Amino acid sequence: MTTEASRPVEQPALGESAENVIEVTDLVKYFPLTRGILFKRTIGQVRAVDGISLQLRRGETLGVVGESGCGKSTFGRLLMGLERPTSGSIRLLGQETSRLNSTELRRMRRNIQIVLQDPYSSLDPRMTVGDIVGEPFDVHADVVPRKGRRKAVQDLLDVVGLNPDHINRYPHQFSGGQRQRIGVARALALKPEVIVCDEPVSALDVSVQAQVVNLFEKLQDEFDLSYIFIAHDLSVVRHIADRVAVMYLGKVVEIGTEKEIYEEPTHPYTQALLSAVPVPDPELRGHRDQIVLEGDVPSPANPPSGCRFRTRCWKAEEICAEQEPPLEERSDSAHPSACHFAKVRDVIHAVE
Amino acid sequence: MSESVIASQRGIDVAALQRVHFDRDAPLLEVDDLHVEFHTRDGTAKAVNGVSFTLHEGETLGILGESGCGKSVTAQAIMGILDIPPARVAGGKILFRGVDLQKMEEKTRRHIRANKIAMIFQDALSALNPVFTVGWQLGEIYRKHTEASRSQAKAKAVELLDLVGIPAAKERVNSFPHQFSGGMRQRVMIAMALALEPDIIIADEPTTALDVTVQAQVMKLLSDLQQDYRMGLILITHDMAVMADVADKICVMYAGNAVEQADVHQIYSRPAHPYSKGLLESIPRVDMKGQELAAIKGLPPVLVDPPPGCPFHPRCTFARERCQEEKPELYDVPGDRRSACFFWEEVISS
Amino acid sequence: MTDPHSLEGILSKGEPGGSEPGPAAKERSRSLTADAIYELVRNPVFWVAGTLVVIVLTMAVVPGLWANQDPNVSAECDIQLAQRSPSWDRPFGYTTQGCSMWGAVVYGTRNSVFVAIAGTAAIAVIAITLGVIAGFYGRWIDSVLSRITDIFFGLPFILGAIILLTILTTRTVWTISAVITVFLWPQMTRIMRGATIATKQRDFVDAARAVGASNFRIIRKHIIPNSLAPVIVIGTINLGQLIAIESTLTFLGIGFQPPTVSWGLLIQAGAGPALGGTTHLLWIPCAFVVIATLSFILLGDVLRDALDPRMR
Repeated sequence: MTTEASRPVEQPALGESAENVIEVTDLVKYFPLTRGILFKRTIGQVRAVDGISLQLRRGETLGVVGESGCGKSTFGRLLMGLERPTSGSIRLLGQETSRLNSTELRRMRRNIQIVLQDPYSSLDPRMTVGDIVGEPFDVHADVVPRKGRRKAVQDLLDVVGLNPDHINRYPHQFSGGQRQRIGVARALALKPEVIVCDEPVSALDVSVQAQVVNLFEKLQDEFDLSYIFIAHDLSVVRHIADRVAVMYLGKVVEIGTEKEIYEEPTHPYTQALLSAVPVPDPELRGHRDQIVLEGDVPSPANPPSGCRFRTRCWKAEEICAEQEPPLEERSDSAHPSACHFAKVRDVIHAVE
Repeated sequence: MSESVIASQRGIDVAALQRVHFDRDAPLLEVDDLHVEFHTRDGTAKAVNGVSFTLHEGETLGILGESGCGKSVTAQAIMGILDIPPARVAGGKILFRGVDLQKMEEKTRRHIRANKIAMIFQDALSALNPVFTVGWQLGEIYRKHTEASRSQAKAKAVELLDLVGIPAAKERVNSFPHQFSGGMRQRVMIAMALALEPDIIIADEPTTALDVTVQAQVMKLLSDLQQDYRMGLILITHDMAVMADVADKICVMYAGNAVEQADVHQIYSRPAHPYSKGLLESIPRVDMKGQELAAIKGLPPVLVDPPPGCPFHPRCTFARERCQEEKPELYDVPGDRRSACFFWEEVISS
Repeated sequence: MTDPHSLEGILSKGEPGGSEPGPAAKERSRSLTADAIYELVRNPVFWVAGTLVVIVLTMAVVPGLWANQDPNVSAECDIQLAQRSPSWDRPFGYTTQGCSMWGAVVYGTRNSVFVAIAGTAAIAVIAITLGVIAGFYGRWIDSVLSRITDIFFGLPFILGAIILLTILTTRTVWTISAVITVFLWPQMTRIMRGATIATKQRDFVDAARAVGASNFRIIRKHIIPNSLAPVIVIGTINLGQLIAIESTLTFLGIGFQPPTVSWGLLIQAGAGPALGGTTHLLWIPCAFVVIATLSFILLGDVLRDALDPRMR
């Protein structure tokens, strides 16, 4: 546990800028709400991502957790250049990527790739596995010479634990876990530095999920990859992540090492989220500190003033409605936490 | 309330139910050697292959397994809502209070389905009709089976919504399903299941589509209501953590077979089947940072072409030659539990 | 099904473990097209409809295979025999011109079927182009194209066709199919647009974009192959409908004109005498129109069943 937590500190020699593969500053993405038939009028904005700043270090896995609608998937799509940010900056390996033209964007994609959630819809059913995994080579023709592509694809299939002889098969001939491996092989094809994993195991069966999680860990060691691991399953994230960012309504409310977030959470939302995660141990039934939240997540089109969590928070006071708490280290929180009243509370272990 | 009082309240609709003689001393639900087959173009798939269990009042039975293990098919067979064809109940008995549901007329069974056994589905949005208000849908179930007037039905709907913890039930009763959030919709589903005060609720992955905080609320509601009404609850899920929080006893299914049946504490502390053991070791826990996950190798078998012998042997670390040739029966294991493994002693002690 | 994967788990022919090589018998690759063909050949309706369609098509291309009396060659016809009813050696009787009715119908196939093919092909080209552009690019392009489609959708077909064809002095296969195209492209365009939007939302399009594929590549490699199924189905059904439409237009006097032969002309010529009792002049060409239309529509139906992945 201690080695995991101190991993980033072990590489101080690299210096701040060389260490960060991704630097996100004040990233904002609003989706306009429109109405009208021919000429669309904007009647409002969905604040999917509303001012996120964070860094991803080389070789690290940053878990991004939160409930549906918190903006974590939009965040991943912004990093990938699948959406253009409304404002803010994303620097990938020191290069600003949020305002690239299409040629530059294509070149950027050699450094960052994505693995999508749904193993059924993320592979084109009319293409063979060879064509799917080889598509990056067709687009970036200079990476592997035409003659070597079949071999390169087979090598990739081998790396992700699939039979290289299955290159001519179609996706529907594979199970969910195998399809997810195909998706991973495609993401690896261009030898990226960073892979954004958008809920990569949540559609898989329990016994297969562990295989894919282990595959991600193996590949990270083998290719020195950095992961942004977006998931709603907090147990999986704890297992794989070095650091964790907790999102609520488009904002990061707490960020820290895996140990800080899980063992010493200071933001009430993180605490509620963690306490709600069931533990596969019937002996702990009724012995855990369960925080039951009231009400529903407010609409991201019309978020509450001040702290966005205040409408469901048991600690909320007047200041929470007036002043938005910045994400920063506080007297009772050794890691950044966006709560005026941040305070450690252990919620995952049994209490008497 | 006695059976006859309920029946008289419900009038003509329940006449058929009245003729059925339920044995009040028999277990709530008994499933005995159930077999369900699917006919597909690649052959016959044995989706459920000899599953037996018993459910008593106030008890929560968990059916645990991965996709395609036959857990949902088992539930659908009990409810009598299988698509026939391609499915076919190929054998076995489903006894409700000692009466075999499969020998009943379809009409009688329909009443059982509404009055005695109710089901909660995973996808509440598609289980609710989008063009009617939830109040109307709730009231309609009640009205159809009780001869209540429209205003009585509406009052009942409000009462039910209140019961499942929907705030401002009086106003919300006039809302349409899409106007509810996912968690609230699942509460509406629970209200619908409770409308006729059933003896058994079957919940098929009731919280899989929900966020964790909402999942915790819905599971708590479900188990509270079950306690209050002394219902039998069959919880079907793939999530071992959710299961650990609510189930009293568990039936683990693999490739259509029940491979282990035991008390919830026993299964989690000392599993007697390699599959249950493998599942437990392959899931990460939120309360501890583990080492590499011990994944179960390989994939579940194809049901049209299962391996010979024990269905789990190609993925099993305990497998010997015998497992490839002979299919293990469900052996009795001390502590009132059963395991379909020749080497259960070895598995328990490992 | 409450659990979307459960039935799939039972039904799909999965693979043995990832690293284990499968048995040789399963070592075949089954594309979706191959699956569709497998479905088709097992469907008896496909064989009936398919055979009829092949017969109609060969009649159109090489009528000489089916009949030896070409009504276009006046020597083949004898006005003395005009309107003679079916008999043992002429089971289809004679036309108003005294030609063999069988020969006339067979040789008339070409014009009717060619109008249908040319019209459907033109509609398909317009529909795929506009549908993909509107569906893929969305925003104002979609708004503009969709409103134009709506305008054409609202035009009354028969009235419009009468006006246009009355203005046109020469009515050939090309002009008639052009007029049909002008009025009938919106339906398929809407379908293609819908299919494109549905395909565009599937994750593999995002995946392709993430590896850097250009819009053109995404459209060519992913959008069109995955959106084509409904167009194929509707196109096949359209072929049948256009055969009926050609007959209708010609019957109204705005389609083909003598001395060409087409099914519509035969019906037109037979309608009057049929009232006088020589019914074969009417029902024989009508029967051909109905059978040809029906077989194309049936073929479209079985194609729909085979191509629709939800059916599997």
